[in-house]
Amino acid sequence: MTPVLEVRDLSYRLPGAGDRHLVTALSFSVAPGETLVLLGRSGSGKTTTLKLINRLLEPTSGEVRLQGEATATLEPYRLRRRIGYVIQEIGLFPHFTVAQNVGLVPRLEGWPPDRIAGRVRELLALVGLDPDEFAERSPRALSGGQRQRVGVARALAADPALLLLDEPFGALDPITRVELQREFRALEGRLGKGMVFVTHDVREGLLLGTRLGLMHEGRLAFLGTAEEFRRSNDPQVKQFMEAA
Amino acid sequence: MNLLRFYGDHAREAFGLLGQHLVLVGASTLLAVLIGVPLGVLLTRRPAWRGPVLGLANVFQTIPSLALFGFLIPLPFLGGIGARTAIVALVVYALLPIVRNTYVGISGVDPAVREAGRGMGMTDGQLLTMVEIPLGLGVIFAGVRVATVVGVGTATIAAAIGAGGLGVYIFRGVSTVDDTLILAGALPAAILALIADGLLGLIERRLAR
Repeated sequence: MTPVLEVRDLSYRLPGAGDRHLVTALSFSVAPGETLVLLGRSGSGKTTTLKLINRLLEPTSGEVRLQGEATATLEPYRLRRRIGYVIQEIGLFPHFTVAQNVGLVPRLEGWPPDRIAGRVRELLALVGLDPDEFAERSPRALSGGQRQRVGVARALAADPALLLLDEPFGALDPITRVELQREFRALEGRLGKGMVFVTHDVREGLLLGTRLGLMHEGRLAFLGTAEEFRRSNDPQVKQFMEAA
Repeated sequence: MNLLRFYGDHAREAFGLLGQHLVLVGASTLLAVLIGVPLGVLLTRRPAWRGPVLGLANVFQTIPSLALFGFLIPLPFLGGIGARTAIVALVVYALLPIVRNTYVGISGVDPAVREAGRGMGMTDGQLLTMVEIPLGLGVIFAGVRVATVVGVGTATIAAAIGAGGLGVYIFRGVSTVDDTLILAGALPAAILALIADGLLGLIERRLAR
């Protein structure tokens, strides 16, 4: 089976400013139905890695393949429409309704309006929001947890093969966070998509990840299953497990 | 009382000057929007140009209006005597608030919203027309409002270079030391500025999100 995502020898240096390597020689792949969790401290290069995958940043060297296709050969905006992207700050469009937010990528892709409307209802139900109640609301009239539900629905709209999630539950209160983590775990199985999930919360990583990668100073210090992660003798991993 | 009698006697002339005034302000503001909004958008895409462009617009702003009208007269194409020259000068004054507010309005859009838009595959043009301009519209329009209100006042000086408008009465009044004449020009100009401010403020509040 072709991996959804293959990353080979990926590096990113900050253009200009000296020779600062933010990401160095990363290699990993993500199969359909698999969630790779990237753990690491702030500044370890997790977010940068996500942005190199959807080309919000351009890799200095190395290769990224989406469903076997080299991303460097695609128009960045076309590439991004095939990848769901969820960020901690959510970034819902405040002047759009919930339905318009969720239907954005289908609209950019020129889907007919009735197909978009159907898809929006389906997705809102999927993330646990009653379409009749929420579709026409403004994002301003939602709680933090509801907003991130919309954020996830929006990322899934055009049925992307790959989902990139950057600390999606990081800004939520603890109770809401646990609730969303549990639901997200159930969703992972149903969706069968490839996912790269960035977090600094080890518990979250162990709960949601099929595999875990630990980033340290721009490199993958460890990559393995949750079980391997727990048992690892790698000093970086141990430090992280102890902190949890 | 004298003023009312004056308007009674010169109704046609007064309405003519008012019309000229409206054309001067309307045409110059419209042109300034057509130039200033794209320029402001450009500055958000080329941050290095922001300093020089806003600086230059600032410098223009400091030139006394009577002097600017005078400077323009000898210029080919843009200059000469009459309404065209006046409109050029008024555009120069209107540019700064419009360019600056366009820049500020668009840069003020929540970075997370911009990142989400780009991350979901909006092209730069789509990001601009679907997200940045709609969200910045209130601030952009505030710049247009300031430009218009200032323009109503500055346009009175256009009479000095034969462009007409309500300034004609003011200059005539000043040179003949006739308070009624000065008021006949100044009062409607002031009322016009207030009306423009009120109306545009109303629209601005509806646009602000």
